Amino acid sequence: MTLIYSFLFCGLLCLIAQVIMDNTKLTPGHITSIYVVLGTILGCFNIYDNIVDFVGAGANIPIISFGNLLINSAYQGYLSDGIIGLFGNMLTDVGVGVVSAVVFAFLLSIPFKVKD
Amino acid sequence: MNKKEYLKLVKEITPKEKRLSNSLNAFLVGGILGIVAEIIKMILVSIFSITITEAIGWVLLIYIFLAALFTALGFMDDLAQKYKSGILIPITGFAHSITSAIMDYKKDGLITGVGSNVFKLAGCVLLYGIFFAFVMAIIKVILYV
Repeated sequence: MTLIYSFLFCGLLCLIAQVIMDNTKLTPGHITSIYVVLGTILGCFNIYDNIVDFVGAGANIPIISFGNLLINSAYQGYLSDGIIGLFGNMLTDVGVGVVSAVVFAFLLSIPFKVKD
Repeated sequence: MNKKEYLKLVKEITPKEKRLSNSLNAFLVGGILGIVAEIIKMILVSIFSITITEAIGWVLLIYIFLAALFTALGFMDDLAQKYKSGILIPITGFAHSITSAIMDYKKDGLITGVGSNVFKLAGCVLLYGIFFAFVMAIIKVILYV
């Protein structure tokens, strides 16, 4: 059942983004920024974690999940280490995404030539 | 021909974006990416008996690796052009933006080109994500602690 929820949830987010992009002058940069901010707001009130429990990995793939991970790891850091933990722990959960994106992008883009 | 007629003519000639098929494409591709992620997660959890958090980390790694590879090979741009937000909203869009920034600025040198422009497109996600996460984390601390 989570398969269907994953399909619907991830697809619906992309559909909403596409509809916004087609009908306004917003660029993909605007949309992804809005989605990340939305993710931090949903994460603030524990809504997104419930969605992840319900939907499965389909909710971990969209960029909204990035904002949710940021705020929740910062909050967990505050609970364990106080103010310093809030600053220091914020990037722990998104580390996988950011570090792998930078490493793979750099390694893979060096050998290949730009296609005209 | 006055201005009104001219504007009308421009409107007629400008190719209409196929909004319905755009949205449908985005929905299908985004949905397929989501369902494949769930399938990979289930396989990893059941075969290697790792925790769900680890499995999601692996799913993200696989997606980002594939997105970076396809961008480096040059056909991710066509996919992004065709399926638009279906590609850009999932984490593949983040990897795509970083890789394409590196590819674009490689000719300007490693430091002044690649180094200073690598987060040109992904920077907005990082900036607003981190800033609003900070604000919201403080609100959450005030609300729940």
